[in-house]
Amino acid sequence: MTENRKKRVVVGMSGGVDSSVAALLLKQQGYEVIGIFMKNWDDTDENGVCTATADYEDVISVCNQLDIPYYAVNFEKQYWDKVFTYFLDEYKAGRTPNPDVMCNKEIKFKAFLDHAMSLGADFLATGHYAQVREKDGRVEMLRGVDNNKDQTYFLNQLSADVLKKVIFPLGHLQKSEVREIAKKHQLATATKKDSTGICFIGERNFKEFLGHYLPAQPGEMRTLQNKTVGKHDGLMYYTLGQRQGLGIGGPGEPWFVVGKNLKDNVLYVEQGYHNDALYSDGLIASNANWINPVPKTFSCTAKFRYRQTDSIVNVKLMEDGRIKVLFDEQQRAITPGQAVVFYDGEVCLGGATIDNIIKEEQYLDYVG
Amino acid sequence: MEMNHIYLDHAATTPVAPQVLSTMKEIYGASFGNPSSIHSFGRQARKIMDEARRTVAASIGAKEKEIIFTSGGTEADNMALIGSAMANKDKGNHIIITAMEHHAVLRSAQFLESIGFDVTYLPVQENGQVSVEDLQAALTDKTILVSIMYVNNETGMIQPIVEIGELLKDHQAYFHTDAVQAYGLMEMDVTALGVDMLSVSSHKINGPKGIGFLYAQEDVRLKPIGYGGEQERKRRPGTENVAAIAGFQKAVQLAMKNRDKNQQKYSNFKRLFLNILQNEHVHFAINGDPSNMVASIVNLSFPGANVETLLTNFDLSGIAASSGSACTAGSIEPSHVLTAMYGSDDERGKNSIRFSFGSFNTEENIKEAAEKIADIVNRLTSKEGDIK
Repeated sequence: MTENRKKRVVVGMSGGVDSSVAALLLKQQGYEVIGIFMKNWDDTDENGVCTATADYEDVISVCNQLDIPYYAVNFEKQYWDKVFTYFLDEYKAGRTPNPDVMCNKEIKFKAFLDHAMSLGADFLATGHYAQVREKDGRVEMLRGVDNNKDQTYFLNQLSADVLKKVIFPLGHLQKSEVREIAKKHQLATATKKDSTGICFIGERNFKEFLGHYLPAQPGEMRTLQNKTVGKHDGLMYYTLGQRQGLGIGGPGEPWFVVGKNLKDNVLYVEQGYHNDALYSDGLIASNANWINPVPKTFSCTAKFRYRQTDSIVNVKLMEDGRIKVLFDEQQRAITPGQAVVFYDGEVCLGGATIDNIIKEEQYLDYVG
Repeated sequence: MEMNHIYLDHAATTPVAPQVLSTMKEIYGASFGNPSSIHSFGRQARKIMDEARRTVAASIGAKEKEIIFTSGGTEADNMALIGSAMANKDKGNHIIITAMEHHAVLRSAQFLESIGFDVTYLPVQENGQVSVEDLQAALTDKTILVSIMYVNNETGMIQPIVEIGELLKDHQAYFHTDAVQAYGLMEMDVTALGVDMLSVSSHKINGPKGIGFLYAQEDVRLKPIGYGGEQERKRRPGTENVAAIAGFQKAVQLAMKNRDKNQQKYSNFKRLFLNILQNEHVHFAINGDPSNMVASIVNLSFPGANVETLLTNFDLSGIAASSGSACTAGSIEPSHVLTAMYGSDDERGKNSIRFSFGSFNTEENIKEAAEKIADIVNRLTSKEGDIK
């Protein structure tokens, strides 16, 4: 190995425009670029058709345009064990999981990172909209400059050790610029539609998909005063703050999901988007990941959902490893199972999984 | 740093021999006629084809009219299975193949199954061979076709073709063998083998792609599987690829001339290759029984490693090899051949690599490749805490 050997970067390529442009930019920057397509889920239908095949064809086209080698790797087993099992368990527990956060933590930036390293790579790159910088000997993760696209919410579980080995070539770009670059270089994926939804469900019917794996137990919809107002199809199909699909008619404001009672299989609903039952003062979260050490108590901003604007919060690390987060202003529809992600300006500090909701210094029992 | 690329995937395809290429260039340039035409241009092309057919027929002890040029091994296999099954439905509807056949045979059999034929998939023994007793037990008076490959493309295991030919001598069933991996290395007299049909591909013997042949003994009833003109005695329509046929002829001549020499050469390569891996303390096992294996192929299992990581690392180091497990678009289907030998739960189905040697390999690049492979495998498996 000579000293001035090019740095080798493995790019996780999905067959989409973002990772295509990521590979292109790295190549332009002089890296030795290797494109690898990851297959985590088998969606082969009865005709033997699977979306991965078409996506991999796009990866091949782009890699040939860039004159870089391409390979595929299969993490179906790891994905099933680490992401999908978690996903189902959370639904079984009445919570709303975030499989993308788990996929980044366990697959893309663990199994796939290991794979890249076993190929002698110096770095792993992806088409995520986020930035990594080294400052005063510390590795930090910053939001992507495209506010609308920033993906640090999903990357909150990455450690500094992992981020040291990661490049996000798109972090300083707007999505529109990425499209433009792809068009300018006539990349095969330049006009390809962005993928939507959770990767393994794609654009299929979510309810049908979930019902395939978990038995649905229909039950009653009640108000918090225990008045029965309708029937639900199974608690797992609903999330806090949801309005659609409740099918409750009658006078007054529309109905919203405000909670779940797993034990009695009851879905709590109340009327009005701004119903007080949906609002809370704080939360308890577990599985906290801090990219760099933080003090025992501090204030910062936080997101409780992807693409939400930040809110000011006060964070306290508790003795048992969990964290207590109190909001400056009441928040609507904080949902157990989702991630709370913390920021100091543009810097993402880390995140945790929401377990309990606090209102007036007490746990809200009805949220489930 | 310019990397040396070493090709150890000759069972997938081979480089075209320079003599083949110059023959083809000449024919492509000078003889563009359609062999079916009745004018001088047609006759010129037809003459080239006739000569090629003579060479090819002689190489397997067949008559010229028993050679059907096809687009390659896959079409020859398709024709042997589907064409003979369709033409002999009146005699029965039972077909026997083995579980380790090439997909060209396997998928054809599955197609026949889907339209009502009964197919028996014979098991494969752990040594990589089919058992003649199993075949005997599976035969019925409804059996119309037995298709068993001569040499398995993944393991290099030679199948007991002569014994099978002997067994089927007095049975109505036709005996087809896919000889794609055997041709150019093995004894290939169709009478001695007792086969009725035999498939060969050109690009495995340093010939061009897109050409091959099916030998069908003159009494074999065969229906075409494509429709059009009356070429190849009405058995295979379409204007013949004359230049490729001429190139194929040249490749056959070279293969026949160099058969013993090549065999010796590949045996030496294999010995050298395995010795280096052993000396470098690589933890590996040979899939199949080395005493019944062609010299050009060796399939190795590397415990504690996996196909994707191995092949990617090899390629990044310039070494071309492959595995029987299909890894298209990241789906790993464990090798159907190794699965047939060892069962579906066996790790060997997911950690085995096929190395196949060819006439343009040199001792130096076998050495270099073996050393690089040893480094990679040792690096990848030492992580697993393997003690070597």
